[in-house]
Amino acid sequence: MPTRLLLGNEALAQGAIDAGLSAAYAYPGTPSTEITEYILQSPEVAAGHVISHWTANEKTALEAALGASYVGKRAMASLKHVGLNVAADPFVNSAIAGANGGLIINTADDPSMHSSQNEQDSRVYLDLALMPCVEPANQQEAYRTPAYAFDLSERYRIPVLIRMTTRLSHSRGTIQCGQHRSQNPFSLPEDPKRYILLPALARNSYAQLVERQADFVRESEQSPFNEYSEGSDRSLGIIACGIAHGYVLEALGDACNHPILKIGQYPIPEALVERIIGQCERILVFEEGFPYVEAKLRGIPVRSSPAIHGRLSGHLPRVGELTPQIVAEALDLETLPTVDASLTPAPRPPALCPGCPHADTCKMLNEVLQAGDAGGTVFSDIGCYTLGALPPYEAIDTCVEMGASITMAKGAAASGLDRAVALIGDSTFVHSGMTGLLDCVNEHVNVTVVIVDNLTIAMTGGQPSSAESRLSAICAGLGIDRDHIRIIVPHQRNHEDNVEVLNQELAHPGPSVIIAQRECIQTARRRARKTASKEGEGR
Amino acid sequence: MNRNMILAGVGGQGLLALAAVIGEAARSLDLDVRQAEVHGMAQRGGVVQSHLRYADRPLHSNLVQEGTADLILALEPMEALRYLPYLSPTGALVSSTAPLVNIPDYPDEATILAEIQSASSHRLVDATALAKEAGALQAANMVMLGAGSPFLGLPESALLAAIRQFFSGKGKTVIETNERAFQLGRTAAKTP
Repeated sequence: MPTRLLLGNEALAQGAIDAGLSAAYAYPGTPSTEITEYILQSPEVAAGHVISHWTANEKTALEAALGASYVGKRAMASLKHVGLNVAADPFVNSAIAGANGGLIINTADDPSMHSSQNEQDSRVYLDLALMPCVEPANQQEAYRTPAYAFDLSERYRIPVLIRMTTRLSHSRGTIQCGQHRSQNPFSLPEDPKRYILLPALARNSYAQLVERQADFVRESEQSPFNEYSEGSDRSLGIIACGIAHGYVLEALGDACNHPILKIGQYPIPEALVERIIGQCERILVFEEGFPYVEAKLRGIPVRSSPAIHGRLSGHLPRVGELTPQIVAEALDLETLPTVDASLTPAPRPPALCPGCPHADTCKMLNEVLQAGDAGGTVFSDIGCYTLGALPPYEAIDTCVEMGASITMAKGAAASGLDRAVALIGDSTFVHSGMTGLLDCVNEHVNVTVVIVDNLTIAMTGGQPSSAESRLSAICAGLGIDRDHIRIIVPHQRNHEDNVEVLNQELAHPGPSVIIAQRECIQTARRRARKTASKEGEGR
Repeated sequence: MNRNMILAGVGGQGLLALAAVIGEAARSLDLDVRQAEVHGMAQRGGVVQSHLRYADRPLHSNLVQEGTADLILALEPMEALRYLPYLSPTGALVSSTAPLVNIPDYPDEATILAEIQSASSHRLVDATALAKEAGALQAANMVMLGAGSPFLGLPESALLAAIRQFFSGKGKTVIETNERAFQLGRTAAKTP
């Protein structure tokens, strides 16, 4: 079979399809999006053999995958690291309830925060959920991981976390695909009571999960994703997790004569770790993200002999992703001469596209809230409109996490802030803004919610929004007075009218919603091109 | 055979297509390929870069180490300079001369071009003019592929096959325009 050049995310998706995947759910989020994009474009989905959908949020995605697993099917949910926060409840509790068909949760962490508000490490969740995890080191391993993880999941009736990081998710590599295996038949769980997490039953399931930890450690110790390479120079032993292993191999090449422990499966393979610590005078831990393994090895008080070095000890930067330079420096390799420019290139930050409807919404907000003396605060959210924070708009005051705009505005308004505005996108609103709006209605707080409805999930590449143009009905259903659900078209030619609408709703003493509806300029263009080419075909 | 390179540009210039074509050409020759790219927020008119590596041995890192790039291939001159620390002292700097000015403090163009010309090996090509000549402004990325092609260590036939494959869904006219753009860039880079 010829090799293929696939993104780490695509290799993982193809690996899942080939491993007998039946259902894949996700909420888009960089750097995880391409896993589900790939599955949605697969012939298996087109033929109806695999179910795949973008869901309202990560929690609903994971719960749907858990349901598919309940009836015996192999299922997965894909999300970005902060999406795992949203799905934390089903994540932690699914480990206790367990899996029937193989269940995997793919998380893509974003160290260095290329497209995220933090660089949290999903491995930390393993300590809460007591779940095993596989962290592929390269694209070929990303392909192999789902089959392995489904088997592990079905063997122990436990969901398995697959941890990707940006530089694997978004890097292409040559891979060789394997055999396609068939899907699981429909079969209900033999012991359905384990899915009832009433305290009396959950205590029992939880005790079993705790008992299973020794099995999971043993699985890690025998895992093909964990690998011990002997070396004669034991002044230094290297532990490298996930893609950090690749950086180490590249830096040391064939010349490496230090013992190396590659870690790609968790819980941490204790026997292998004890072996390398026992053999070597000093240990250097390379891991993408948090000093997760390093912290466990150092313990409290900090061990001094053998020295455990890494991000905590200051031998590697505490924050940010690893790079070949950082790894080479930590290994005391000679630094290479580089070419320096006498001219420093100017920064070129991302910006709203020319013609973007959000730009008109920002101008409206600025005219009302910044130009006059009355002031006001814009609590914003996660999406393209967050770029409204940058010049030339500087139109928003906050951006914390999905859905926080409405609820922060409500809290601030209730505690005395005048003219509290929430700015939230259509998809973010249905992801986790709706419940906050219900709070606004119930508490009758004076918040003006501007939903920028561009009819798509734009920032991640134009996935369909679960709002599906039903925002007005949703807001009315939640109890917003229909007279205070205003629909505007954010466009230069409507600027004066839109400013008037915003002023009116700010003056209204209760919660109100302004739906600023105009299609994303990118998806509108793509749709126009598609229509044009279809018409061309017809001729 | 071992090549490390940085591809540089601005969101919307077709940099990922450029990376995909070179990567596919290398893969078709059974080389091991690694290519890191940027998705998401960074693409909104901001900086876009790709690390591209291929070799006739197994590769382990998705990223190029500073000081080891054999080539910086840039679709925009200021972006060419952003990655200079990656360039090996013997590496080549190949850039389009056409600036994309979407920021208020864009530096002096003449200074940028002079800086590029101070690299030990360099090529400057007016990708916009040549793309127009080829028949489509969007083909500037394939002009730069042609301009950089002497430094890629890949046969012309493999690059052309990869171009045809990449644009195969877009019809004969698009394929021919891009092939023409490639040839114009390749010729321009031969005659400094």
